Amino acid sequence: MDDSAVSAERVRAGDARATARLISMIEREDPSRLAVLKALHAYGGKAHVVGITGPPGAGKSTLTDKLVGDLRGRGRRVAVIAVDPSSPFTGGAILGDRIRMQRHATDDGVYIRSLATRGHLGGLSRAAGEAVRVLDAAGYDDVIIETVGVGQSEVDIVRIADTVVLVSVPGLGDDIQAIKAGVMEIGDVFCVNKADKDGAERVVREIRAMLETAVLNGAATRFTPLFEARSALRGADGAAPSATPNLGSTEQGAFHHIAAQVPGHPNLEIPPVVTTVAETGEGIARLVDEIKAHEAALAATGFLRSRREANLAWELGRGAAQRVLSELERDESREALTELARSVLDRDIDYYDALDALEDAMTRTRRAVTTA
Amino acid sequence: MERTIRVLVAKPGLDGHDRGAKVIARALRDAGMEVIYTGLRQTPEQIVSAAVQEDVDVVAMSILSGAHNHLFPRVTELLKEKGVDDMLVIGGGVIPDDDIPGLKAAGIAAVFTPGSPTGDIIEFIKKNLKRKA
Repeated sequence: MDDSAVSAERVRAGDARATARLISMIEREDPSRLAVLKALHAYGGKAHVVGITGPPGAGKSTLTDKLVGDLRGRGRRVAVIAVDPSSPFTGGAILGDRIRMQRHATDDGVYIRSLATRGHLGGLSRAAGEAVRVLDAAGYDDVIIETVGVGQSEVDIVRIADTVVLVSVPGLGDDIQAIKAGVMEIGDVFCVNKADKDGAERVVREIRAMLETAVLNGAATRFTPLFEARSALRGADGAAPSATPNLGSTEQGAFHHIAAQVPGHPNLEIPPVVTTVAETGEGIARLVDEIKAHEAALAATGFLRSRREANLAWELGRGAAQRVLSELERDESREALTELARSVLDRDIDYYDALDALEDAMTRTRRAVTTA
Repeated sequence: MERTIRVLVAKPGLDGHDRGAKVIARALRDAGMEVIYTGLRQTPEQIVSAAVQEDVDVVAMSILSGAHNHLFPRVTELLKEKGVDDMLVIGGGVIPDDDIPGLKAAGIAAVFTPGSPTGDIIEFIKKNLKRKA
């Protein structure tokens, strides 16, 4: 298939080849992708974008495989983007997440794509954002992004996902790990996988304690504004949420399921911590319920829209910066930059005057910086 | 930007030995390629579907069970059915010399038997890609 055969119509019709090729065009930043992406734009915005993140070996791929199976059982079409790291030395990569998901390979309602980071830091690949928009417009109901195995500060996923699932496992470290800043703060739903292993209960307790302390300290958290908006919706009387385990199919059910009480503080709540054994499927249905309940709560409170606004604003900013960087990498720009560098080294102008001169030149030409 | 070569390394059939496939996967990775590994015991349908979804340039299959005369041609046949004509398909494993001409006639571009230097495989891929940069 020629790249020119890729069209919005084919992607919309569920043509896996066209979708796959378009994502390859995105990965190599092929300018001819833009016409197709623009044509797809009108159809986007409907998918629930779910991020799965956590340390290497936490079971993210197995968990993703089981989530796909459960969501398929609920009649939803699912796309998966699985990111693995590229070698910083050769650029090569082993993309192995798919091994755990191959049972879905021949299901027309599932699309799975492996992406290498290709030098991008932050837990995702640079193509991930555009790829998500393609799969959303292609009509998948859920788009799951599995990040690389993260350390402590790869938090790009919060800029793309509506709902972030943070996966932990027993045996990774002591309780100080749970109170560090970074990755541990980004979960909307927390999952302790391999819950049949020793120490799982302790991990659950530590995560809960970490979340509770954040609430009691009055810290700014990702979930507090959502819980407050939900309380306001629920009414000033503070009526208890429905006790029926409605599992997200109604707003009441959704509200019931996005939070757990902080013991001794009846008005304070924290995100749910779900235990799973992905290998056997234990806890998966509950995890999907919590993920869907979170989406329902976001939608009911208007936070789905505001979260997407904030994320898109951030991405637009980054896109603009990327354009500026590309301009600066052009040959003419390099010459101008070298020229300015010489002036600074010769003490003709200072560093900040040089920056001002650059900014002026870019604003004036709106293209490459050329020597004035 | 230079095009990155994407390769699906697949294990069709029922044999449970993938040391060889993993050695190849690693060698291709070290040659700067992106390697998607399917894992063991894949049907031709699963392999073709994964190859399409991953938009790979190369499908590299390994078989040790003796079922190559059935499974390799089935993969090229399915690719043809889907209208895929721009993927390089290669095979490897314990394959008698007498079977190789038939496999080539069925669209397997090359067959690498035990002892093949990984460098030869890398070079063959780079020279015979059907999609050019």
